[in-house]
Amino acid sequence: MSNKIHPQHPDITVDMWEKIDETIAANRSKPGSVITVLRECQNVVNYLPVELIDYISQGLNLSSSDVFGVASFYSLFSFEPKGRHLIKVCMGTACYVKGIKEAIDRTCNTYQIKEGGTSEDRRFSLEAVRCLGACGLAPVAVVDQDIYGSISSSNILEILERYE
Amino acid sequence: MKKVRTQLMLCGGTGCHSTGTPAVREALEKEIEQQGLSEEVQVVETGCNGFCAVGPVMLVQPDGIFYQKLDPKDIPYLVEEHFLKGRPVKKFFYKEPDSKETIPGMNDIPFFAHQQLRVMRNKGLIDPEVIDDYIARDGYFGAAKALQEMTPEQIVEEVKTSQIRGRGGAGFPTGIKWEFASKSPGDVKYVLCNADEGDPGAFMDRSILEADPHAVVEGMIIAARAINAHKGYIYARTEYPLAIRRLNIAITQAKEYGLLGKDILGTGFDFEIEIYEGAGAFVCGEETALMRSIEGKRGMPRPRPPFPAHKGLWEKPTILNNVETLANIPQIILNGGSWYASVGTETSKGTKVFALSGDIYNIGLLEVPMGISLRTVIYDIGGGIPKKKKFKAVQLGGPSGGCIPEQHLDTPVDYEEITKVGAIMGSGGMIVMDENTCMVDMARFFMDFIQDESCGKCTPCREGTRRLLQILEKICDGKGEPSDLESLDKLSAIIKDSALCGLGLTAPNPVLSTLRYFRDEYEAHIYEKRCPAKRCAALLKFEVDPELCTKCGACFRHCPTEAVIWKKKEIAVIDKEKCIKCMTCFEKCKFGSIF
Repeated sequence: MSNKIHPQHPDITVDMWEKIDETIAANRSKPGSVITVLRECQNVVNYLPVELIDYISQGLNLSSSDVFGVASFYSLFSFEPKGRHLIKVCMGTACYVKGIKEAIDRTCNTYQIKEGGTSEDRRFSLEAVRCLGACGLAPVAVVDQDIYGSISSSNILEILERYE
Repeated sequence: MKKVRTQLMLCGGTGCHSTGTPAVREALEKEIEQQGLSEEVQVVETGCNGFCAVGPVMLVQPDGIFYQKLDPKDIPYLVEEHFLKGRPVKKFFYKEPDSKETIPGMNDIPFFAHQQLRVMRNKGLIDPEVIDDYIARDGYFGAAKALQEMTPEQIVEEVKTSQIRGRGGAGFPTGIKWEFASKSPGDVKYVLCNADEGDPGAFMDRSILEADPHAVVEGMIIAARAINAHKGYIYARTEYPLAIRRLNIAITQAKEYGLLGKDILGTGFDFEIEIYEGAGAFVCGEETALMRSIEGKRGMPRPRPPFPAHKGLWEKPTILNNVETLANIPQIILNGGSWYASVGTETSKGTKVFALSGDIYNIGLLEVPMGISLRTVIYDIGGGIPKKKKFKAVQLGGPSGGCIPEQHLDTPVDYEEITKVGAIMGSGGMIVMDENTCMVDMARFFMDFIQDESCGKCTPCREGTRRLLQILEKICDGKGEPSDLESLDKLSAIIKDSALCGLGLTAPNPVLSTLRYFRDEYEAHIYEKRCPAKRCAALLKFEVDPELCTKCGACFRHCPTEAVIWKKKEIAVIDKEKCIKCMTCFEKCKFGSIF
């Protein structure tokens, strides 16, 4: 695999290409493995640039429109780079009933982010996710790996200020 | 297994985990060692105990004492008092929300007392990462019986006798599904487990997988034997990392014990399970879409027939069962179908797991016999509505379900009865809403979810749900017109008649059920431009009622834009130029003086 020509991309380093090649090689002969490959490659690069999608489709011997079709269908995959910190706000029913909307609006206004977008300085990405299944803590937000329960429009900013 | 005097069953479910289980565990282990109790007291991290509202929780065995809201810094005191001196600590007992009375024993707490545990019989009692714990509680005995003593026909017959119906939502009889697949010709067949629990506000399957993953594995082995399949997939949500990790451990251990793989228990039967992680698409909970997704394609449903029992995954006969259904199977085989059917109503047998959340005291996971009334679940088990607020509705069945108002609270938990009052049993999400919830906004919320998750294949769902959402948004923004109600009715009826899959066919339900019971709220939004629950920001004036204002200044202190003008002992005034309608003042005002 290493003799393959890797497309130039500023966000993908040599190490990353190696891991990508490994993933493709391991899944090449398995039918239906495209979602797994996309997931693992996204874990490596943090998002899926067009060049990478083309590269994966060649590796798996699929048309790039097929791979793009799959990647754009599932909400897990992102074509845009993510911010340094990922805020996931739960938009499950329990969180909604308990007032997550107000906390989201506050965050969007303060950092000038849209839902699903990244702030100008790439400090935060905001993602609204479907139920995190932690309804006992509602309303819930997850910043990187930390789960915060009972968030509100007044305490969300205090929490976010801890992440530079 | 090591014999110890006391076992501390510390809850390691997602809820408790995020409120501090790891720190509590560390503190417990350190203190137990310091007190020299390591040989006598053992800490076991279990799956979800169910009582998420008061986490982190711990059950002391064999005493049956239940501790709640544990804090690492109190652990030294707790260990010394209880495990050294034998005096249970009252501070961490459960307290009745109204009477403040403390209850030490787990089984005396109303939340647990009304439950009947079958699927969740092992919750909080075993370490989900240790197969021996599961076997000690009769685990894999059902699989052994099915493989060694029963023919595939007998297994199907037993499941049919139990009359268990699919727990994923639609309630199709499981035994009949298996019978179709077992009679389908073909050498290659598949058993699938649907663990793509997508309904917002539902976390039953996650908790079962975290607390008792082996029960699902065992259920799949039995299902495979019944239809003669040799390969199974568990389609799990990628948002559930802990559940996936525990499933992986369970599968590895089952392989080591010869319960999965080649020649299981020496019977010559082969079966393997693979975990397939989803990638975040709600529609993949629909069976044909889920199979497409495993095939590595866009997860879009296809018309049925052919049904998956004839042509499913890779065009081979396939059965797909929900996590909870499969977790029931081992006990049906072990204790018999008629044992299972002894509980429940005429058409709905057995027990059902619900995830209770929203505006209620005892948020958590519970398992109740079919036929129990919703009122018992909400008031006796759930403890009622906090802050002395009034009950408004309970939402069942996720985005495809409906809201049930006060007058129908005596409806029993039963597939048919719940459908009659305009909701569906669904997978088990039960969200309680108090008087401060705006039902139009709720309908808008669900429609936003559905139109976002619509796969786009069929026009009624793709275009229809978007149009419904636009109308609802218009109403919430105070721009509703009288003709909108008619359009909502008409459009909903068309979608219900013409959509392709289960998601589309039930998509208008949130609108229909709120229109049915809360038409007055829609009318207030449209005719009076008023939101009775005061949740729709566009319909709020952001003015202070001088009669109700107590001049406390809470709104002033919390306003992020300094839009509130207030001095001590004076009534607050809101400057509308500066106000960004963030609702902070509204939330902070305890006297409801902002309107």
